[in-house]
Amino acid sequence: MSSSPAFLNGAKRWLLVGIVLAAVVSMFSGQFNRYHLGVIVDIGINIILAVSLNLINGHTGQFSLGHAGFMAVGGYTAAKISLVVSPMLPPALQPLLFLGALIAGGLLAALAGFGVGVPSLRLKGDYLAIVTLGFGEIIRVIVQNMEAVGAASGLKGIPKYTTLGWTFGLAAVTIYFVTSLVNSTYGRGFIAVSDDEVAASSMGINPVRYKVTAFVTGAFFAGIAGGLYAHHKQFLSPTGFDFLKSIDIVVMVILGGMGRTAGVVVAAILLTLLPEVLRQFSEYRMIIYSLLIIILMMARPQGLFTWNRKKGAA
Amino acid sequence: MDWLLQQLINGLALGSIYALIALGYTMVYGVLRFINFAHADVLMLGAYAAYFVAPAVSSVVPLPSLTGAILVSLISVIICAGIGILIEFLAYRPLRKRPRLTVLITAIGVSLFIEFTCQHSAVFGADTKPFPKLLPEHDFHLGKLVVSSNDLVVVVTTLLLLAGLWFIVQRTKMGTAMRAVSHNQQAAALMGININRIISFTFGLGSALAAIAGILYAMKAPGIDPLMGVQPGLRAFIAAVLGGIGNLPGAALGGLILGLLETFAGGISGLSNYRDGIAFGILILILLFKPAGLLGKATVEKV
Repeated sequence: MSSSPAFLNGAKRWLLVGIVLAAVVSMFSGQFNRYHLGVIVDIGINIILAVSLNLINGHTGQFSLGHAGFMAVGGYTAAKISLVVSPMLPPALQPLLFLGALIAGGLLAALAGFGVGVPSLRLKGDYLAIVTLGFGEIIRVIVQNMEAVGAASGLKGIPKYTTLGWTFGLAAVTIYFVTSLVNSTYGRGFIAVSDDEVAASSMGINPVRYKVTAFVTGAFFAGIAGGLYAHHKQFLSPTGFDFLKSIDIVVMVILGGMGRTAGVVVAAILLTLLPEVLRQFSEYRMIIYSLLIIILMMARPQGLFTWNRKKGAA
Repeated sequence: MDWLLQQLINGLALGSIYALIALGYTMVYGVLRFINFAHADVLMLGAYAAYFVAPAVSSVVPLPSLTGAILVSLISVIICAGIGILIEFLAYRPLRKRPRLTVLITAIGVSLFIEFTCQHSAVFGADTKPFPKLLPEHDFHLGKLVVSSNDLVVVVTTLLLLAGLWFIVQRTKMGTAMRAVSHNQQAAALMGININRIISFTFGLGSALAAIAGILYAMKAPGIDPLMGVQPGLRAFIAAVLGGIGNLPGAALGGLILGLLETFAGGISGLSNYRDGIAFGILILILLFKPAGLLGKATVEKV
């Protein structure tokens, strides 16, 4: 895209396109039927989840199976905050509260990400996968036993703040942030760590720092996605954040091609639509889904969207 | 004191089952270096095989009886060993040269596929089915302690299987070949070892252990359902990593630790709801200090 103006270059283009699209479509959202609107918001949330996991699993080459855990931390935090605070605020301030709750959820999730990032200093591959899986389970078990957030019966009556505009605006911000982070001079370190940790560290790159940064950043956006999800579904239950949810996000990242943001976004869209398309075969839905995972791994483990393979280009 | 001993007995029985399952995880890891997520589902299939075979067997040998139980277990072991070998052949063998992450995701896919297929109403259905009584049951009272015959059967079976496994791995030609493959696959191939055969054998052996573990687990559980393998599978998988994945004694040790931990935590009110969290928490702590697990690496006895 060398011919396009400078302000339309690279990641900024995504941000612009995303926010404009979100704002424009949001204006018409009243005309959509509720079901379609719900699915579209789901897509936006999944894009945030997949792009943020892509930073950890794709760009940095770590393997996290606990993304749903971060999402749960963010979702429950944001939901609890708006449940407690919203009755005290006039309607005009509600969007501000929503933003505050989302950020608080993201920050707490980022803190959790830091906690998971630290073991990754010593662990690699399968072991890291297991620790992140375990972390996700620990979060679920804690939430399941926490009376303050409804324990096993779930958290009900969360105000419906999530709109199309919020979701896709934040999705655009996520994509912008992750792509420009990875494409920055500093961010090349993520790719270096994923390519060869030893070589990277001998070039003066601190792999530990990059890994923790990836976990913290990825977790922050997963937390934001969790907050959006909470205020979209208006109900949270610990079972919604189980192992299967983490797998869903991992599959999106793999389908899109690890480390390729555009592919991951397309994969998030496809994999959100797939269960809706299969709804009429609901009995076979999950069987088909699991078969697809296997077939995908056999036929195209590098992802479906591997055009323009340029290492490092996000 | 009585309480402690009672929990110890219960924990040993539970830990034995976990140890049997963990051995399957660790053996496959030894030869193929990936975590076979579908292992937990082979365990479930083992229990279902027994469930369907038991009525047929009881027309020949009356159930519950020792011979009947052994016959049912044998048939179920053969079925599961076949399934294990088939899974490897169909799903994992085509990916032999691929990155391990690819295989790991495939394994998760296979696991989900088995679970969801079995939950379908045309297969097993999602409901819980009562497991047939294979052995006569009796509770032994030692002072205030209660030892059920099932617990004894579990512990004795596990000990026998562990001894058998040790013999296979250490004293037979097949076991030597397994150890060679786990040590260095290429060198083993150069020495004339048929890698594919060894890997199939390992899957068969691991799945056979899973089948027995499934039956033992079902005997203690209120019933069987297509997701019954998930919880014990997860615990056993933690156990295998805890002991140092790829390490046989480590898996057995990890299984015992997890079983004891679970019964003790379950016995303390307030902690019981956090059982899974505690198990993972301890795993993470141990991995922080010993990244290769309790018995990993230092003792080079990978299989």
